[in-house]
Amino acid sequence: MVVLDKPVAAEEAAEAAAPPKRRRRGRLRRDRLLLACALPGLGVILLFHYAPLLGHVIAFKDYQPYIGIADSPWVGLDNFQAIFSGDVVFLNALSNTLVISLLQLVFVFPLPIAVALLLNSLVSERFKRLVQSVLYLPHFMSWVIVVAIFQHMLGNAGMLNSFLSDHDLGSVSIIGNPSMFKELIVAQVIWKDTGWSTILFLAAMSRIDPALYEAAAVDGASRLRQLWHVTLPGIRSVVILLAILRLGDVLSVGFEQIILQQQAVGPGASEVLDTYVFNNAVGAGVWGGSAAAGLVKGVIGVILVLGANKVAHLFGERGVYQK
Amino acid sequence: MSASVTPAGVPVRTAKGFVLTVCCLLVILPFLAVISTSLADQQQVTAAGGYVLWPENPSLEAYRALFSGGVVTRAVAVSVGITVVGTTLSLACTTLLAYGLSRPGSYGSKPILMLLLFSLLFTPGIIPMYLTVKQLGLLDSYWSLILPTLINAFNVIVMRAFFLDLPQELLDSAKIDGAGELTILTRIVMPLSKAIMAVIGLFYAVAYWNSFFSALLYITDNEKYPLSLVLRTYVVNNATIGSGDTGAALPQQSLQMAMLVVSILPILCVYPFLQKHFAKGIMIGAVKG
Repeated sequence: MVVLDKPVAAEEAAEAAAPPKRRRRGRLRRDRLLLACALPGLGVILLFHYAPLLGHVIAFKDYQPYIGIADSPWVGLDNFQAIFSGDVVFLNALSNTLVISLLQLVFVFPLPIAVALLLNSLVSERFKRLVQSVLYLPHFMSWVIVVAIFQHMLGNAGMLNSFLSDHDLGSVSIIGNPSMFKELIVAQVIWKDTGWSTILFLAAMSRIDPALYEAAAVDGASRLRQLWHVTLPGIRSVVILLAILRLGDVLSVGFEQIILQQQAVGPGASEVLDTYVFNNAVGAGVWGGSAAAGLVKGVIGVILVLGANKVAHLFGERGVYQK
Repeated sequence: MSASVTPAGVPVRTAKGFVLTVCCLLVILPFLAVISTSLADQQQVTAAGGYVLWPENPSLEAYRALFSGGVVTRAVAVSVGITVVGTTLSLACTTLLAYGLSRPGSYGSKPILMLLLFSLLFTPGIIPMYLTVKQLGLLDSYWSLILPTLINAFNVIVMRAFFLDLPQELLDSAKIDGAGELTILTRIVMPLSKAIMAVIGLFYAVAYWNSFFSALLYITDNEKYPLSLVLRTYVVNNATIGSGDTGAALPQQSLQMAMLVVSILPILCVYPFLQKHFAKGIMIGAVKG
């Protein structure tokens, strides 16, 4: 549409000679179309990522939906009462969150590394690609689909139980059983995302210099020794990076996944921080208290990421960002 | 490719193959059971105790019932609409934003890029998002299913990395020939980036098709439910699909499975195209992010 009126080189030379202020205005003029391109996307990011942060203000207000945010009265730290005085419902949500997170850290986090090591050691390239195509697939299914599939496979009238009763093997109660709920959540995450999570580890393994393996073999290292001394150090920084990101998410465990299955097992076993915030606010109308819990959760998440990153730096790793 | 110089012995290789095959079966079998049960006729479903792994007399009866009007037909229409409009807008905004940021040192590109990267590190939280959408008057509007997820910062960064990798001489020569930014974008950059645009478009499409969180939070009118919420009502929460909704006496099982297949099938169709490219896309993002 608008055509530059002079060649680029000449313009840049003129710019270099100009005083800084005019140079800035010149750059603005030169790049105004690029900026215009960025504008719609930038607007969306500001509107739906940064502007909502202002909404946290209702954590300090007695928010009444019909008077609006601005006119609701300030109440100081009253909304944080429930959190710091140890409200039973809140503590239950917190402990469920931490238990599920811990289970995920122990069982979900290492599994993709093991699968990636297995895949990486395969000789047949075709078999490897076939396995990858199959294992990546569940990642693209929504939680509604995954939960529905699990119910129909493992539910009381599901495929597993109908198979067991056909062979007179009794039955197992998995779905809708509060004492199995956390294990079920972990199993679903494993089924859905283990394959997908191998991608980053496989990418890191493919960047390891083959000469290292040759040198190790010449030195008489067995395959297990090569795994220990070459492959694992090769993916160490990726593992640490992902562990840091995971730590920042320690207080968020699958909102969609859990809210879908809450009805069947009740809040005692299944309430986590995110569902507590959602149920209390949108469901029960306790806006201020829920917003306070959400705010505390968000702040702790940021502190955890920054802290873990700091620790990574102390151990000489790169972490999420450089110092 | 074997990473090590000496290949493993036969027992070890067999064990590996066995473990991975079992993993694959754990993924494939549920899908197979869902699809087969949706196609099987009533007699076989009853005889098999609810689920079949292979339909003997495949019929599309369950699908005909679902698409004869009613809740599911409407939900599919809503989901298709959201997916088409959302993907188009998302792809347009993502391409423009990525292009706007693809000239290092251009005015304002650094702070915008920082804003983008930081938005990846935190999410605003459930209540602030709800309040924002409410303030904008979008509650119970189809736009609430599109606008909040219009831009995925990660996709922007991947696309920008791709644009940065294009030969800069090409862009410079076009500029010397008098081409403006928009001409460069539409005549040079976009034709060279068809592959990455297709993949990112598909990623957006899958996300819109699957979207559940936005619908759960912002849509209360069940006339406007997308497929994901209908699936929750009838398949996860086991509400009975009334004969008024389908007009036929079919086993609930078949109808539920057919509903699941309707939501899975579009993803299965685009999956091969996604798969061809995503590993590459992720690597670009990881290296240049």
